[in-house]
Amino acid sequence: MSDHEYVPESKFGKWFNDRLPLLTLASHLTDYPTPKNLNYWWTFGGILSFCLIIQIVTGLTLAMHYIAHADLAFESVEHIMRDVNYGWLIRYVHANGASMFFLAVYIHIFRSLFYGSYKSPREIIWIIGIIIYLLMMAAAFMGYVLPWGQMSFWGATVITNLFSAIPLVGEGIVNWLWGGYSVDNPTLTRFFTLHYLIPFLILGLVVLHIWALHIPGNNNPVGIDVKKPSKDTVPFHPYIVIKDAFALLMFMIIFAFFVFYSPNILGHADNYIEANPMVTPAHIVPEWYLLPFYAILRSVPDKLMGVVAMLSAILILAALPWLDTSKIRSAVFRPLYKQFYWILLADVLILGYVGAMPAEGLYLLIARIATAYYFVHFLMILPILGFKEKTIPLPLSITEPVLGGFPNAAIIKKKKV
Amino acid sequence: MKNIFKISYLIIILLAVNNQVTATEKVALLKTDWSFKGLFGKFDRGSLQRGYQVYTEVCASCHSMKYVSYRNLFEPGGPEFSEDQAKAIAANFEVTDGPNSEGEMFTRPAKLSDKFVMPFANVKAAQAANGGAYPPDMSVLAKARSGGVDYIYSVLLGYEDPPNGVTLDEGVYYNKYMYGNNIKMSEPLSDGLVEYSDGTIASKMQMAKDVTTFLMWTAEPHLEARHKMGFKAILYLMILTILVYFSMKKIWSRIESEV
Repeated sequence: MSDHEYVPESKFGKWFNDRLPLLTLASHLTDYPTPKNLNYWWTFGGILSFCLIIQIVTGLTLAMHYIAHADLAFESVEHIMRDVNYGWLIRYVHANGASMFFLAVYIHIFRSLFYGSYKSPREIIWIIGIIIYLLMMAAAFMGYVLPWGQMSFWGATVITNLFSAIPLVGEGIVNWLWGGYSVDNPTLTRFFTLHYLIPFLILGLVVLHIWALHIPGNNNPVGIDVKKPSKDTVPFHPYIVIKDAFALLMFMIIFAFFVFYSPNILGHADNYIEANPMVTPAHIVPEWYLLPFYAILRSVPDKLMGVVAMLSAILILAALPWLDTSKIRSAVFRPLYKQFYWILLADVLILGYVGAMPAEGLYLLIARIATAYYFVHFLMILPILGFKEKTIPLPLSITEPVLGGFPNAAIIKKKKV
Repeated sequence: MKNIFKISYLIIILLAVNNQVTATEKVALLKTDWSFKGLFGKFDRGSLQRGYQVYTEVCASCHSMKYVSYRNLFEPGGPEFSEDQAKAIAANFEVTDGPNSEGEMFTRPAKLSDKFVMPFANVKAAQAANGGAYPPDMSVLAKARSGGVDYIYSVLLGYEDPPNGVTLDEGVYYNKYMYGNNIKMSEPLSDGLVEYSDGTIASKMQMAKDVTTFLMWTAEPHLEARHKMGFKAILYLMILTILVYFSMKKIWSRIESEV
């Protein structure tokens, strides 16, 4: 919160603000002191808010024309693509928007990992973020089922079947999820309902995420606390607003290329074949953003343990603030962590790649090694590193490395506006 | 930066390994110059009209196209027949309508608002007439096969005698590009099979190209509008980005030390 108390100028403004301090909130958001050394990796928070709004707006429009019925869903999507005015545009923005949303969230998460943004006092922001990420995966998965193509149907079958791995009650739970004895109309209608609900849950959590952020303020590339407000910070408006706008526009250009010139490249051709419970596709593959976890699932020979491994791979992130024992936030001052960070990134990319390949031979071996390494990184390397690593001395303030004399070239090298 | 190179190096190695593994299984698809590819890609009207002729004279006896309407034939961005031509085309087909005021179903000639009449009443009837194989609906076929138009074009031209040692069941044909090489459709095209009204020589390759172009249009009827809008949208975004970039520079120049 800014130090000075905001007082509206007009009499009505004051009257209103005393009863509901919306103007104080607006003033807080405008003046919010932000570290001035934030780089472009920090613009993805704003980009993600944009993605969420786009998904909600296009989603509401699609829902006006979509029919959630096993016999009509595929046809209604074709109706949207052919006969609804600009229906093709709305649907392609929504479908590619999901991919862009995940692209942005992965950059956002890996930015956090590099600069230690999850560490004290920002643990709650991080955990809310993980919950948002989980809900995003649920929403994306259910959304992919709605067009009722072959991948929709068989993806839903494979993923819901995972619950049958739970001992004793597994089968019952799966039937309960399906609303029957196979993926069918009741499954589709409940997935539609939940797909409609989850984005609004995410919206609520985003508000909490930002609220929690505004208590300690932003982390920054140097990773040390900044005094607020001071010469280390700039007011959110106009400095950060214009920078976020610039980054968002760059992002939108990439987004537009997908929507207008290769709208189906991130999807799977089989999903343009109407769902058929009698014909199983040769390879059932999830969307690209779920592939690393799919690889982890398949790399464990036992079904139950595979599910446990997959869930742990996500939930382990929630424990990250306590698994990482180092007090230093930014990887810039942690030469060893920096190496392991890049190895982890490569590891996740490899998992994503083998997730798209058939689980056999060399691919399976690579998947197993990469899965093992993923857990080793979080459960062994990070806790030990905090004690063993010799870190580079921190500067006194974020302006110090710029104003001269600071020996570490790595910080100066960071591109800043 | 160095690390990014390391990672991309790793990925490239992985991709290379993958290519070696699958190279023996995959056959390179035939390519032709599609007019609708690229940033300014548009359909070739003549090709679409000829493609419709091939579809209706050859494919339509088995393959339905249930999401396309006769009115689409004269709408902008498609084959752009005249409205009268489209009406005449529709009138060639009979549809069942009703019930009328006496409660009876009746047949009438198709109108522009009708969907393409299907060759079979339902999937079962189609299977029964085709030795158990269902000829897939062609409305979105070009998007429903990996490889897309190149794949369809290749399959149309990929019929050949089975290699030595390969025996085929009755009613199964060998196709170089089909998944699994076995196809239950006999070779649909042969030179001179249709007579093009615009005088184009109906070679096998020409017909394959025309009908595949037509299938791309039925799968993506708004492709031209999309390409057009995309160019405008991206140009607009780029100009705006440049303007915002200079605004940003201006605003940030107020901060004394250029952090």
